[in-house]
Amino acid sequence: MSSTQVSGAHGGATRRDFLYVAAGAFGAVGAAAAVWPFIHQMNPSADVLALSSTEIDLSQIPEGMGITAVWRGKPVFVRHRSAKEIEEAQAVALADLPDPEPDAKRVQKPQWLIMVGVCTHLGCVPLGQQGDFGGWFCPCHGSHYDTSGRIRRGPAPKNLEVPPYTFIEENRIRIG
Amino acid sequence: MAFQTNNRIIKWIDYRLPVFSFAHHSLIEYPTPKNLSYWWNFGSLAGIMLVVQIVTGIVLAMHYTPHVDHAFASVEHIMRNVNYGWLIRYMHANGASMFFIVVFIHIFRGLYYGSYKSPREVLWFLGVIILLLMMATAFMGYVLPWGQMSFWGATVITNLFSAVPYVGDSIVTLLWGGFSVDNPTLNRFFSLHYLLPFVIVGVVALHLVALHQHGSGNPLGIDRKGPQDSIPFHPYYTVKDLFGLGVFFIFFAFWLFYAPNALGHPDNYIPANPLVTPAHIVPEWYFLPFYAILRAVPDKLGGVVLMFGSILILFLLPWLDTSRVRSGRFRPIFKQFFWVFVLACLALGWAGAQPPEGLPLAISRVATVYYFAYFLVILPLVGWFERPRPLPASISEPVLGAGKMAAQPAREKA
Ligand code: HEM
Ligand code: FES
Repeated sequence: MSSTQVSGAHGGATRRDFLYVAAGAFGAVGAAAAVWPFIHQMNPSADVLALSSTEIDLSQIPEGMGITAVWRGKPVFVRHRSAKEIEEAQAVALADLPDPEPDAKRVQKPQWLIMVGVCTHLGCVPLGQQGDFGGWFCPCHGSHYDTSGRIRRGPAPKNLEVPPYTFIEENRIRIG
Repeated sequence: MAFQTNNRIIKWIDYRLPVFSFAHHSLIEYPTPKNLSYWWNFGSLAGIMLVVQIVTGIVLAMHYTPHVDHAFASVEHIMRNVNYGWLIRYMHANGASMFFIVVFIHIFRGLYYGSYKSPREVLWFLGVIILLLMMATAFMGYVLPWGQMSFWGATVITNLFSAVPYVGDSIVTLLWGGFSVDNPTLNRFFSLHYLLPFVIVGVVALHLVALHQHGSGNPLGIDRKGPQDSIPFHPYYTVKDLFGLGVFFIFFAFWLFYAPNALGHPDNYIPANPLVTPAHIVPEWYFLPFYAILRAVPDKLGGVVLMFGSILILFLLPWLDTSRVRSGRFRPIFKQFFWVFVLACLALGWAGAQPPEGLPLAISRVATVYYFAYFLVILPLVGWFERPRPLPASISEPVLGAGKMAAQPAREKA
């Protein structure tokens, strides 16, 4: 718009400059508005977004064992941790963690560790009870997770994600 | 000699739509340096491979079903039920490998003979764009059979974009059309896999326009001085290209008929399972050097940046190489670094196929450092310090004028 003022001194150019810029701006906004549907169509569709939830009966999982459930097309690890695993997870100094997070913030009940089984590096499914920290090991590019699913070594930047879940009964959870 | 014909129909059409004079001009009379070596065959080979991929691909698409429940079975249907389906699919799958072999050789030819130097920079850029499009196309094609490697390759490669700060996860969701690689992903990959080869055809056309503007380079890297340095494209190079094509097709046929699965991964004959990652996932061989660079860096974002950077750096090459002599033949120091560079690329390819630990990891790190040092340090400095060997006065001189003309000293740098 400043060009309108500059050229304003010369009379007639003012209105032309204004129209030029205004038309250009409208054109750009219109083009952007027309492009958006073509980009947004690639995002998850309504049926995919419709919040799917999964219920899991925990009473079938003995201590020291775990299962893999499916939630939103992704594996979810549900592990009944042993006292030793809990102790190890709680004993780690936060300063030793690349993505510092206390174990207590990652679980609702210490014996139940529930997290999305997708490596935060590039999305492989880590293998349970392997690796140098007694937790999970991702074979794709060598990320080691501890008994709380926190990243300890390797290229993954973050801890395994904890999905939203609630205990609907003493031994029953709903994920999502 | 301009286009001439006595056929009245051709004349009538050509007067209105000059396709005949255009073809004559660019395929028959097109003046070409008379000293091209066999390294100059690979451009036309790449063009033929593009046609092979498009023809076999369109046929495959007539029998293939892009749905997570049917894709794997439809590829098996092509292999077992469709008449000659096995042949056409093996042509397409091995054809992708052949296409990359040819294009990689074509690129290294350019690196050695300085084909990227003025006035062919834009020609070079268009080539790099073709390479990027080819990689995208081949990556999405490999997802289509929906085997274990398809699925996990797609997962790992799309997740590369999650390394982008702030918007990374939104980009990945956008690419997937969901919260993991799933049916929407397969559908769009099929759509784009069909589209991109035709985009490549368009860029190839521009590549050729840029080529014909200044004509082909040549192994001596010097400009043509006059008509005595050129010969018409037809029959000289049409015949030479066809001969090369015959030899190359023998090579292609060897893989096709004797080892059709040697270049692929057996795990891709296991249907995709989103809950189990294969113990050792590897991309197709032509991506291994880049995969090795990705894994050489112990940091997510850093690895992704270097991997993409390893190709994007080719766009800067015309300015990074400071030597004014084009051909590596006259550059004694450059030559040595060049062959080490070739070795580094091969080492990266080897390391990319190994688990990322111990010796392979160490080798991939050394080779990654050399890869980037070659472009960012070695080429700028060597061009500066090296004393090139004397260039011949003309393309004809080394053949005709030996003895008669003394070699000229290399052109001094300004
Ligand atoms: C730049 C050219 C192309 C390249 C590099 C390429 C590459 C590939 C690759 C690597 C595969 C996986 C093969 C396998 O392991 O089974 C594939 C599959 C496929 N491609 Fe292409 N392709 C190209 C062009 C096309 C075109 C133009 C079409 C036309 C629609 C097409 C249709 C298909 C189909 C339907 C499949 C799935 C069947 C199968 O996996 O064998 N491709 N492509
Ligand atoms: S995907 Fe797990 S380490 Fe790369």
